[in-house]
Amino acid sequence: MREHLPPLLGEALVSVRTAMNEITCEIEAASVRSVCRALRDDPRTRFEQLIDLCGMDYSHYGAEENGKPWPGKRYCVVYHLLSLRHNVRIRLRAELDDDHPTLPSVMEIWPAADWFEREAFDLYGILFTDHPDLRRLLTDYGFIGHPFRKDFPLSGHVEMRYDAEKGRVVYEPVEIDDRILVPRTIQKDSAARNPRPEEAG
Amino acid sequence: MAEIRNYTMNFGPQHPAAHGVLRVIMEMDGEVIERCDPHIGLLHRGTEKLAETKPYNQSIGYMDRLDYVSMMCNEHAYVLAIEKLLGVTPPLRAQYIRVMFDEITRILNHCLWLGAHALDIGAMTVFLYCFREREDLMDCYEAVSGARMHATYYRPGGVYRDLPDHMPRHAPTDRHTEAETRARNADREGTLLDFIEAFTARFPACVDEYETLLSDNRIWKQRTVDIAVVAPERAKALGFTGPMLRGSGIEWDLRKKQPYEVYDRMDFDIPVGTNGDCYDRYLIRVEEMRQSTRIIRQCVEWLRNHPGPVMLDDHKLSPPSREQMKGDMESLIHHFKLFTEGFCVPAGEAYASIEHPKGEFGIYMVSDGANKPYRVKIRAPGFAHLAALNEMSTGHMLADMVAIIGTQDIVFGEIDR
Repeated sequence: MREHLPPLLGEALVSVRTAMNEITCEIEAASVRSVCRALRDDPRTRFEQLIDLCGMDYSHYGAEENGKPWPGKRYCVVYHLLSLRHNVRIRLRAELDDDHPTLPSVMEIWPAADWFEREAFDLYGILFTDHPDLRRLLTDYGFIGHPFRKDFPLSGHVEMRYDAEKGRVVYEPVEIDDRILVPRTIQKDSAARNPRPEEAG
Repeated sequence: MAEIRNYTMNFGPQHPAAHGVLRVIMEMDGEVIERCDPHIGLLHRGTEKLAETKPYNQSIGYMDRLDYVSMMCNEHAYVLAIEKLLGVTPPLRAQYIRVMFDEITRILNHCLWLGAHALDIGAMTVFLYCFREREDLMDCYEAVSGARMHATYYRPGGVYRDLPDHMPRHAPTDRHTEAETRARNADREGTLLDFIEAFTARFPACVDEYETLLSDNRIWKQRTVDIAVVAPERAKALGFTGPMLRGSGIEWDLRKKQPYEVYDRMDFDIPVGTNGDCYDRYLIRVEEMRQSTRIIRQCVEWLRNHPGPVMLDDHKLSPPSREQMKGDMESLIHHFKLFTEGFCVPAGEAYASIEHPKGEFGIYMVSDGANKPYRVKIRAPGFAHLAALNEMSTGHMLADMVAIIGTQDIVFGEIDR
């Protein structure tokens, strides 16, 4: 499968790597639609199914180890494709700019992308251009913010309760303090316990 | 002449046929659905974000609470993803136990689905019959893990403990005579494996019973045949997996196509539909219950004859026994580190998926080398299925909405996450 990808995708393909028997392609965010269409329609690949699409926020990646911010782009959208014909999976990753993460929607290629893109918009604030109905999906009606971003606190900003006097539900600022029971640590010796054979990209 | 207008109707979120907290806004033309817009997220707990703030081994319990009718299957995908990142393989006996409990879980799930689906479209008895069999399987869960539902039994590196030597028995009550109590405990005299084997012997007759009630039932057929037909090409494009995809005639099952654990050693068949309607999907799930029984029987046979470890003997990953811990300083340190800090997983990303009773359940996990995952994405099969609700229900009657929600086998724990 891997040898078919560079001629098929051309310049849109930034890099390919194989780790743990999984093929991962870094692609240009702007050309995601042409890449997906080629992968779906070419007889050598035939990725008929979009299994998953999700957002990522890399801003705290490896922060415990380096102590400095992530050097790369902050956001990323990850696609998991499955080819029933060839029984192969592939992962596509498109990195996005920090300020206005935007990339084209793939809904016209796989209708399954509809809710996955709405979810990524809701949780990470990633905008999918040409999506016909990019509304929030999982959070409350009238929710403010994108809760899965790393700078959004785990306990959120507002809590709600029923106010008997007003006869309706009211929103108030949360009173819980963030507490961390187990600190996040990176132990090199523990991590290196099972060195994995990585194949270079 | 009176003016005819479409009107908008609200369904749920508190409705017994909504299978949880689904809210659907439907645009109706008389009794025909023109368009529908499901509103989900009423059960959104942020499982993925919570998992980012906890060590790897503390999130297994959250996985049980995703699809709360097939608990161990969710755990399975989660521990597979961790094991993939760590590069470890559990002992063979643990793999057989996992396969056996995956199939027990599949029967649990399909029994609930069948009962609830039938109840929704007007058949009461099936519900009671299905719950009778579910009770026995819940007892199996309880015997291995102590919990009837949220087991937390699968762990990275194996399963929590070996199968018990005896099956818990019913205590005498004042509602049952002595003879009745003896009869209730008839299958419980031996080990858990004896109990499971007795179940597999009796279960096919139970499935026959369900089928007697439904398969040729005129009302059942009127409510399910030709309802919500999905063409094979469309099923693929909409991201359908599991029985929803097989119902449309596509032969695809991860247990056969991308076998994990010991499924490649199992002998079983994959039922495939032809019409892609609710009735075909019903037949497939019923047949899957029979096939699961076959797999369980093969696992019982193997597990009887092959004792061995069920957890990797690596105390960086699995806790040492209490006995070791009390006599050995190193074991005490291992135990302390494991339960205060957890284990660190090498940096990288992995996607692990299993054939969940509802479809493909996958976990995409990104690690930056810390003791907590950097990102966990749960690929829930029901999420893709429910997204197609609009397409499946357009042009059908209002009453068919209930049949369509039933056939999708929806559980909100996994969809809202």
